[in-house]
Amino acid sequence: MRLKRPLQTATLLFVVLFLVSGVIYPLLVTGIGDLAFSSQAHGSLVRDRNGTVIGSMLIGLDFEGPYYFQGRPSATPGNPYNAGLSGGSNLGPSNPVLAERVNQTISALGRQGISGPWPGDLVTASASGLDPHITLEAALAQVPAVAEARGMNKEEVRALVLSEVEGRQFPFNPEYVNVLSLNRALDGEG
Amino acid sequence: MPVSDPISDLVGLAAFIIIITGAAFLAGRYVAAVFGGNIHLPFLVRMENSLYRFLGTSPENEETWKGYARDMLLFNAIGFCVLFFILLAQGFLPANPQHFPGFSAVHALNIAISFVTNTNWQVYSGEAAASYLTQVAGLTVQNFLSAATGLCIAIALMRGLTRELTGTVGNFWVDMTRAILYILFPLAVIASVVLLSQGVIQNFDPSFTMAGYGGAAPQTIATGPVSSQEAIKLLGTNGGGFFNANSAHPFENPTPFSNIFEVFLILLIPAALPFTFGRMSGNMRQGWAIFAAMLILFVAAFGVLYAAELGGNPVLTSLDVPGISMEGKEVRFGLTGTVLFSTSTTAVACGAVNAMFDSFTPIGGLVPMFLILLGEVVYGGIGSGFATMIAFIVIAVFIAGLMIGRTPEYLSKKIGIFEMKMALIVILVPGILVLVFTGIALVTKGGTAGIFNPGPHGLSEIVYAFASMANNNGSAFAGLNAAATFYSLSGVIIMAIGRFIPAVAILALAGSVAEKKAVPSGQGTLPTATITFVLWLIAVILIIGALTFFPLFAMGPLAEQLALAGGF
Repeated sequence: MRLKRPLQTATLLFVVLFLVSGVIYPLLVTGIGDLAFSSQAHGSLVRDRNGTVIGSMLIGLDFEGPYYFQGRPSATPGNPYNAGLSGGSNLGPSNPVLAERVNQTISALGRQGISGPWPGDLVTASASGLDPHITLEAALAQVPAVAEARGMNKEEVRALVLSEVEGRQFPFNPEYVNVLSLNRALDGEG
Repeated sequence: MPVSDPISDLVGLAAFIIIITGAAFLAGRYVAAVFGGNIHLPFLVRMENSLYRFLGTSPENEETWKGYARDMLLFNAIGFCVLFFILLAQGFLPANPQHFPGFSAVHALNIAISFVTNTNWQVYSGEAAASYLTQVAGLTVQNFLSAATGLCIAIALMRGLTRELTGTVGNFWVDMTRAILYILFPLAVIASVVLLSQGVIQNFDPSFTMAGYGGAAPQTIATGPVSSQEAIKLLGTNGGGFFNANSAHPFENPTPFSNIFEVFLILLIPAALPFTFGRMSGNMRQGWAIFAAMLILFVAAFGVLYAAELGGNPVLTSLDVPGISMEGKEVRFGLTGTVLFSTSTTAVACGAVNAMFDSFTPIGGLVPMFLILLGEVVYGGIGSGFATMIAFIVIAVFIAGLMIGRTPEYLSKKIGIFEMKMALIVILVPGILVLVFTGIALVTKGGTAGIFNPGPHGLSEIVYAFASMANNNGSAFAGLNAAATFYSLSGVIIMAIGRFIPAVAILALAGSVAEKKAVPSGQGTLPTATITFVLWLIAVILIIGALTFFPLFAMGPLAEQLALAGGF
């Protein structure tokens, strides 16, 4: 039988390569992660003074304005910023539901005293639904509302935003701020 | 600060292309050395040889194309069975802290075929359905093995084209071993560590609750061994994400740098193969010619997608939201990072995404669809893209030969009827699958029920789904309900046929040209390493792609674009 021998070889090779790619490889990477990049490997977690994990630097939270800077709308299933099930809205550009949802977000921002033109990221849902960032524009647009809600000086809040700017690793990325980090700085934490 | 600045974006793109070309050139030489058996590290060679003794084979033991194809199919069949079993039995297996139940038989069948065929079309949401064991020992293993299979087929084809008067194209077991041991494994380890440094997670912790801050609600967060999966999913052009949001999820792709690095990983091996071919044929110009054709198509696709997205969505602009549409995009990547990733993942048969194509502008969504439907010849899936490109070359040489009265030949090998038949199978099978199944979907309840967005956009979702599965890409207009039985079962047939029929045809082509005698080039030879031929090749690819699919493009994305621009 011509198939018997190749089948035997195929089985043996599969077992070997299974061990290499499915056991040795992931364990090796996990080991390196724990030794060299322990914080990153476990999710870049943020703790408060008591050591309680409050969030992750990489996962957005569902902040409400205007006392805090708010992040982007989130279309994750169940509830916004559902870190257990990521995803975008998948609404097509011509879908009337998209225009309606953006309109609602705009009205809500308007009620908080934030006026247009509205920064695109502040009124649209991200791909992951967990985007931890907003553009510098979107943060600056919220400055007057946040300053008023907190009874702070506008310039002071603005300076705080500018001190939180990141994202200049490459010339073609926009400047952005991490919303959790910015809000903690606002409270004098972290 | 605007989200995009075309001039600096252009400079960034140019820099990236120079880097990837240089890296691909070096990697191409390395791949040629690996499969030529010219890596002489004593420790590894000893290990390799004892493995071959254990398997009962040796590098000298080469096979005909039929033997090579048989071994390839058997090996993949075993991989399919093991993965199918893991998916079904997941609920009873260890490393399942969330206690996910096993997959249904229909979904297990779909996922197993999907990962064995290097498609990584996903009918499930990774973080909400797949255990760590499934991710690591099931899916990651097939990410390696399906990528290595594609690489082996491309190498066998290169051998066939560059040998003469022989019946053999190589030893599948040896090629498979070398692909993993010398290429995919070391590269994946290095890539994982780089990704870890950027914040990609890698742990076996169960999901846990974070307390929240300042009125923001607490969150239950999914975690797991992501970095190891991420690295090989990109390097092996697989594309199946650990998380539902794929490479848009901050734990898969946390920074602007990780994003560009991931694009680099997607392109590296596919872009290296033309140089491997140049090396193996002893004629680097042939390799550069293929690379040039790919690069021109890549830059053109990038340009159209970039321009389309830069124009924004008129619906949003009219609501006083200027600039590009950020729906389905992440802030940290910027427009260039998004467009570069999207172009690369569909030029190559990867299918990972860092933005949601369903929410792109109509023309922006057309570009990835078009790249897939061209057969993913722009660099292409690891191995399969190169092989499809050779099929296009065979056809280009044949048509040119007919037009100007020269003998159709490539690399001194005469192209005969058999080679033409095989090349046509490689090119037409995926296209026929797309057209037939789109037709079926449009006239059946099961097909139309899966549509998410109304109007012409719904047609785009269906066409994209079948294009993605037939060409083993795996990305999606993700609004479509891929988990529905109609799409799960039709997907099984499409992915299996779309992968293995062309693969066997490529090996047959390789075997057939390997047997031929090389004829010295003379007056009647059409040179294939010239600018004229590169442009001719591009024209042939575009004509075949456009003729096959233009009606679908017209009724889907083009109709939607016209309606949007007209304010309907």
